[in-house]
Amino acid sequence: MVKYYLSGNEAIAEGAIRAGCRYYAGYPITPSSEIMERISVRFNEIGGVFIQMEDEIASICSVIGASWAGAKAMTATSGPGFTLMQEGIGYAAMTETPLVVVDVQRAGPGMGQATRVGDGDIMQAKCGASGDYQVIAICPWSVQEAYEQTINAFNLAEKYRVPVLLLTEEAIGHLRERIDIVEDIDIFNRRKKTGAAPFGTEERDGVPPMPTFGEGEKLLVTASTHDNYGFRKTDDPLIHDRLVSRLNEKIINNREKIIDYDDYYLEDARMVVISYGFTARSSLFAVEALRDEGRKIGMLRLKTLWPFPDGLGRYIGERAKVLFVPEMNKGQVAGEVRKYVSCQVVSFTQTNGEVIYPDTIIEQLRRHL
Amino acid sequence: MPRDMEQYLRPGLTSTPFCPGCGHGILMGLIFRAIDELKLNMDEMLFVSGIGCAGWIPSPHFNADTLHTLHGRAIPAATGAKMFNPKLKVMVISGDGDLADIGGNHLIHAARRNMDLTVICASNMVYGMTGGQVCSTTLAGAFTRTTTQGNPYQPFDLCKLVVAAGATYTARYSVTQPFTLKASIKKALQINGFCFIEVLSPCPTQFGRHNQLDTPVDMIKYLMDKCTTRKKAKNLPPEELKGKIITGEFTNGTD
Repeated sequence: MVKYYLSGNEAIAEGAIRAGCRYYAGYPITPSSEIMERISVRFNEIGGVFIQMEDEIASICSVIGASWAGAKAMTATSGPGFTLMQEGIGYAAMTETPLVVVDVQRAGPGMGQATRVGDGDIMQAKCGASGDYQVIAICPWSVQEAYEQTINAFNLAEKYRVPVLLLTEEAIGHLRERIDIVEDIDIFNRRKKTGAAPFGTEERDGVPPMPTFGEGEKLLVTASTHDNYGFRKTDDPLIHDRLVSRLNEKIINNREKIIDYDDYYLEDARMVVISYGFTARSSLFAVEALRDEGRKIGMLRLKTLWPFPDGLGRYIGERAKVLFVPEMNKGQVAGEVRKYVSCQVVSFTQTNGEVIYPDTIIEQLRRHL
Repeated sequence: MPRDMEQYLRPGLTSTPFCPGCGHGILMGLIFRAIDELKLNMDEMLFVSGIGCAGWIPSPHFNADTLHTLHGRAIPAATGAKMFNPKLKVMVISGDGDLADIGGNHLIHAARRNMDLTVICASNMVYGMTGGQVCSTTLAGAFTRTTTQGNPYQPFDLCKLVVAAGATYTARYSVTQPFTLKASIKKALQINGFCFIEVLSPCPTQFGRHNQLDTPVDMIKYLMDKCTTRKKAKNLPPEELKGKIITGEFTNGTD
């Protein structure tokens, strides 16, 4: 085990390299730029391909091209840049192109506060592009987890052939912490099968093997509605329905395997804090402070935001009386929680470009205990 | 299409999607002939296209790896594939609306980087697939579905634009000049660096019918009349040169 002292953005760059990322295209934007700065230096040392593109659209499209050429590929951006990347994310979902997009969230909407923190892109991550599709979105709470979850993001992208979005925040991106890097890490590499249909499968997981350009497979890749071999079928109702359903089901039906979370003191909890990202650090501090006073309070920390852990929410909603969801947006996850539970859901929102302090959460929790 | 070119067509295709009188079929045939004469291995090639009629030239027709991208994004996608696997011979085939309008920024930046791509812009001077709206290469005064009083703006000279941005090889030909066009495609496929050919292609369906050029023959005659080679243009007085489209090579990789 090796110890490093890194910022969240630097840890993401290192995690990507550890996962096997060898293609990065990006466009500078605060507060994500340190990721590409570090990648550009590190790729010189290890032999990856780095290119700074003319905009975010070009960045994600070149990542798509590189992914089909066989690369584990990534880009990183923030708020407005993430919006520009949505068309590429929709394309990647439809063509089942594995890639990782890091969104170091800042306070929005619009240009908002470029150097301040926010959580406003949670819903944009799920449905920012047109049509019905599923992505996987992960939200780390520490520099250590930023490193580990970046590796996880690449593994999930390759395993499910889907764009994986790493939703970190400015606070994590610029936070410096000690991290421990272990040697033994599972890396998932692309599943190939010569001659197999690249866009359809009878396998139960619904994920076809992924071929690569230049291997004589004569691939037809298109984000128009296509059959199992990529032929455009833009007026066939059956093929369109089958394709869109499979793209959704391959994530939804595998969500038990995808979803990751941590729970704290749930056994006797009457009140449960549901928290994610940087806010979860303050939440845990607040929960532990109140438990020291003998309060029956617990916490659920979501590491995966999409697909949403609906079953978990339902289970906790049945046992607890009140769910408390603190967020640095106007209640995007609280709204999602309400879809699955019938108990009281209290949404605490703070959109001032500051992280939520533990004292604020303690004060809010006391009102509902 | 002659039988010996059919090896380059994807098996199982039965009909062309192009309208009667469309020039894209001629362009497709010329690309096949250029590849055939150079004895290139299609398995080592990647064809990238965007949205629009010209985007359908390679996808699904070419019996090779094809990537049909978002509108305007063929060049960035091709850049990613080429950068990661330089062994791939990457050709971008798309329309003028795709490459010059929505994708114009990507076009000039790829030329600036001198990215090793062969870019063929099939220019029919109109948005064909969406029903015939004006685009950045529509000649001034031309009628379209969105310029019913005549196009008030000057068109882009794409070759000048790409030359200024730093392309290695730049040429413009019309499909009415098939032999020089084929030679140009062959040249572009052999030169390293950014190679750009603007290919004028007739669109009687969406461009011609609004401009008193209803039949394919009218459109071909129109292009033959409009296009003047660089050599001939040198000797023409300025008043005769007005409204002409200059064809030929603008940079040839050796300058």
